[in-house]
Amino acid sequence: MSLAQIREHARGRLERLGNAVTSHVWRLGFASRFLFYTMLHSGTALRRFRLTVAEIYFAGVLSLIIIMVSGLFVGMVLALQGYDTLQRFGASESLGVLVALSLVRELGPVVAGLLFASRAGSAITAEIGLMKATEQISAMEMMAVDPIARVVAPRFWGGVISMPLLAALFSALGIFGGYLVGVQLIGVDAGAFWSQMQAAVDLRNDILNGVIKSVVFGVAVTWIAVFEGYDAVPTAEGVSRATTRTVVTSSLAILALDFVLTALMFTGGKSA
Amino acid sequence: MVQIQNVAFGYDAARPVLRDVSLSIARGSVVGIMGQSGCGKTTLLRIIAAQYLPGSGTARVLGEATSELDRDALYRMRRRMGMLFQFGALFTDMSVYENVAFPLREHTALPEDLIHDLVMLKLEAVGLRGAAQLMPAELSGGMARRVALARSIALDPRLILYDEPFTGLDPISFGVIVRLIRELNDSLGATSIIVTHDVQEALGVVDYVYFMAAGRVIAEGTPDEIRASREPFVRQFVNGELDGPVPFHYPAPDYAAELELAGG
Repeated sequence: MSLAQIREHARGRLERLGNAVTSHVWRLGFASRFLFYTMLHSGTALRRFRLTVAEIYFAGVLSLIIIMVSGLFVGMVLALQGYDTLQRFGASESLGVLVALSLVRELGPVVAGLLFASRAGSAITAEIGLMKATEQISAMEMMAVDPIARVVAPRFWGGVISMPLLAALFSALGIFGGYLVGVQLIGVDAGAFWSQMQAAVDLRNDILNGVIKSVVFGVAVTWIAVFEGYDAVPTAEGVSRATTRTVVTSSLAILALDFVLTALMFTGGKSA
Repeated sequence: MVQIQNVAFGYDAARPVLRDVSLSIARGSVVGIMGQSGCGKTTLLRIIAAQYLPGSGTARVLGEATSELDRDALYRMRRRMGMLFQFGALFTDMSVYENVAFPLREHTALPEDLIHDLVMLKLEAVGLRGAAQLMPAELSGGMARRVALARSIALDPRLILYDEPFTGLDPISFGVIVRLIRELNDSLGATSIIVTHDVQEALGVVDYVYFMAAGRVIAEGTPDEIRASREPFVRQFVNGELDGPVPFHYPAPDYAAELELAGG
């Protein structure tokens, strides 16, 4: 390969890299404008709240089974693993604290967020994408009805409202699962389990921070889901790709945001 | 009602879809825009619907230049317009009744019993009052098209646009749609524009035809004039001839060269 060919090859690669970066930045800008526009046209979703309630049912109520069952099992596993470690240090009475803090601060919002992205986020993207592919979105525009106000905003708010409630239920069922295994199965003292948990879990530093995380994840997942659906190429393949992108992007977003939020909230042993 | 003057349009600069198209559609008429697939007729319909803005030239629809409308003015104009999409585009999560009630609920504050009466009136007009509680997935293609038609006339539009309304219909459904287009146009005092490549069938319902090819209007006239046209493309299209100005083969490299037969 001559020097000129190598130079040409390198230039081609650099150009492709540049194009990829530009297109990603452009897409991020487009998604931000889309979010702004959704906020701006949320009046209908909030005024005619039954539209949003229908989406809370679709995104929230229909996700209840998977969230509750997962929460229960995560809590039960936490209790098993936690007890095994704590009893080595003679601290098995603190099992309730370990289970509650792990769930409320971290696992509740994160795992519920990941499940929400797979269950509800993908469904929102597929639904909006298919509405676009079958010209339902165009039909709405032709009827002088803004699809962002009528289709996107209710789904966005439905998701944002559902997510913290699902995360709270996940944590609650997880703590119950921890109780079943820790107290009922292993035999940790029930009084110590509950009272240490009550003493150690702080409303503001632990619970409120966990709720803030779940709200942020709810916004991120639902924003990604509605945007990917609305931006999907209106074909079977395009909708399938958009659905996959929703799950992958929102899962990565949850993990990255979780790191940032945890760093802001809980670093250095001092809670924010 | 609709004036298109010297309109050009392309999705990108290298591939113009419409080149210098001009046409005028009078109030009360049913006008067909015909031509083979890819000739630009659907793009022209979308320019009339103000879904696209002309690259150059002007499109005046219901007395307003579409490129000068802001969002509110555009939506005001569209409330006086109905559009039937190729496959109906019914909302799949709503029943037939709710689909037809949708524009009424969105744009009026009518009481529920009045909405009920209006929906039944529209469904009766398309012969599907008995199907009000069915879901779109339970309808045949022809029925879905009729429900979509009932929905598009829910607000008594002045202008009705039809995008390939006959595609994929059996002969009975086809006859029903043809009759409905004419009857609804005349009873509502509306103007209708039908984009289609089903020439023979459409010629039976329209008052005037524009024939398009390669982004231009190449012929126009009443159905009788079109049937008698000597324009080679129109003759080929109307009679469905294989040979003519439109080649059978898509442009391709030399066949022998492709099969590596050249030079033996």
